[in-house]
Amino acid sequence: MLEIMEGSHAVAKSVGLCRPGVIAAYPITPQTHIVEALADMVADCSIDAEYITVESEFSALSACLGASAAGSRVYSATTSQGLALMFEVCFNCAGMRFPVVMSIVNRAMGAPLSIWNDQQDSISLRDSGWLQLYAEDNQEAADLHYIAYRVAEDHRVLLPAFVCFDGFILSHTYEPVDMLTRKQAESYLPPFKPYHRLDAADPISFGLFAAPDYYMEFRYAIDQAMKQARSIIPEAGTEFSEMFGRDYSGLTEAYRIDDADCAIVAMGSICGTVKDAIDEMRNAGKKVGLLKLRAFRPFPEKEVQKALAGVSTVAVLDKNISLGSKGAVALEIRDALYGSQITVLDYIIALGGRDVRKKDIATVVASAEAGVGDLFYGLREEVLK
Amino acid sequence: MKGDEAACVLFDAGHRACGGCAAAMAARFILEAAGKDTIIVSSTGCMEVFSTPYPETAWNVPWIHSLFENNSAVASGIVASLKKQGRKEKVIALGGDGATFDIGILCISGAFERGHDFTYICYDNEAYMNTGIQRSGATPYDASTTTSPAGKCSYGNPRPKKDLPAILAAHGAPYVATASIAYPPDLKKKVEKAVNTPGPCYIQIHAPCCTGWGFESEKTITIGKLAIETGLWVNYEMEEGKVTRVKKVVRKPVEAYLTEQKRFRHLFKPKRNDAEIAKIQAIADRNAEKFGIDIKLKA
Repeated sequence: MLEIMEGSHAVAKSVGLCRPGVIAAYPITPQTHIVEALADMVADCSIDAEYITVESEFSALSACLGASAAGSRVYSATTSQGLALMFEVCFNCAGMRFPVVMSIVNRAMGAPLSIWNDQQDSISLRDSGWLQLYAEDNQEAADLHYIAYRVAEDHRVLLPAFVCFDGFILSHTYEPVDMLTRKQAESYLPPFKPYHRLDAADPISFGLFAAPDYYMEFRYAIDQAMKQARSIIPEAGTEFSEMFGRDYSGLTEAYRIDDADCAIVAMGSICGTVKDAIDEMRNAGKKVGLLKLRAFRPFPEKEVQKALAGVSTVAVLDKNISLGSKGAVALEIRDALYGSQITVLDYIIALGGRDVRKKDIATVVASAEAGVGDLFYGLREEVLK
Repeated sequence: MKGDEAACVLFDAGHRACGGCAAAMAARFILEAAGKDTIIVSSTGCMEVFSTPYPETAWNVPWIHSLFENNSAVASGIVASLKKQGRKEKVIALGGDGATFDIGILCISGAFERGHDFTYICYDNEAYMNTGIQRSGATPYDASTTTSPAGKCSYGNPRPKKDLPAILAAHGAPYVATASIAYPPDLKKKVEKAVNTPGPCYIQIHAPCCTGWGFESEKTITIGKLAIETGLWVNYEMEEGKVTRVKKVVRKPVEAYLTEQKRFRHLFKPKRNDAEIAKIQAIADRNAEKFGIDIKLKA
């Protein structure tokens, strides 16, 4: 049944339906509504979870790590500075193979301080070993949590997962969302079965130190698990599609790309604007399409190559910048298309919450067609003077 | 050792601690007291490194190490998970003084304020020993470390030890105690009491470090005893914020303790520094007065 819900509340409700045993929460804008909504559910006994009001994001994720090790399904949510404070624990969760699921309500990184949206926060954890899924709208943000738990907890994967959705643009926006029923959620996501757990009846040690003769093999195993997820995510997404009718079968999603000359590549809520802009450009006779990345980690290299094989130009919209280089998505796309004749141009866009409209997308496409790219889009020259 | 006795060794032989390592002794005593239904959460540090070089472990209880500063946050999550599952294992977070006094104090403060049912045990060897003897908030006044070295214009560490037991007692901890590896039965009694007291409890164990403090490895217990006998370390218990038991001694002058350790050598060589030794004696005197440790001998 469709309900009009704020993005944060849709996510919180889905998380509740995923039945985490332990939730560790710390407030930070624009994530706070999620942990408030979950606290309400715990206070009303509508979910049966231990809720730890930690003193920092660092402790939030550390508590999740401990609870996961003890055998519980766990949840936390954060953004921006909070995620940065978790940096060390993020690598640890992945290295110890704990399937923590965490919502990242994407926000810019300071300084200067900004509470508004871009994707620099989760992108900066690119190499930490977490799966990274990005949602275009509130429905997808809600649904990806079930899929994230399924994939993260799959014993063929056993890696933690970010479900990323754009701060304010999605988190604070009301949209119609079709929520699963409790029964549906239980049928899709079974109870957590830990691969190992801390247990006095079967004592094992977690988190040993590895000398140079062992360390590399651990890293290789994580990389293999991440690559394995390239097939497990579509598997879990396809099952979700079959059960509930919403299609998450791909690591990517193509929109009007089959005969396109120019393809836009993007992640997150901007894809909605891009789709509308494409419809207008198509009406004007331009052959433009979109390749939306749902998964950024693992990176869907083969899907990207296949989807973009027929285009001559790719315009990548990066809501992040690897300072001194390019946007993280453009770097990946260029790598995936290495050796082809396709021109890949990067547009750093919408940093710190700067608005993007359909006409901006049309301008980007026109620039790409003229071969002008690898730039910050929409800089205010008067501010730079 | 007989088979059933061997099964009782919860902190096993084969670890890589230095000969005479007090931290290793502490681990053994702690588990002898807490028993096999105990989950240990270790901080990064000597204990973690010498006991768990992959693929080996010295721990015959469930054990986890995550990071340097987060053992009490990890323990919070474990306690919450056990509660949710209706499980009854005891949880002990175990850290050195660097992890406890300095880098991990935020997580400890949070976990104590929230009142999780666990015991935090600090093995206090009074400096960062795993990285090679750098000062911490637990390093005593005038101890020479590699980051507070004695020199032409330095007498070593310029600050006294942080009073962490008082800080944690102020969080409302129901049970706080100090102990020493030189008094194993007392240490074990305190651990047993802590793990069986509901709520967050804290034990700080004096753990002399032969390599870091500069004494021969067979003298660990002697040094531990001298710390108590000079009043520079006091063994006490606090229940609900009040000191309830104190180990009393016939005090010796602090030199008896200081002269046994290279970290205080600069106070005696090349020239005896009476002014600084008097300051350390004053610390012992204040401890003695505060806790009432002096046994008055009849003339």
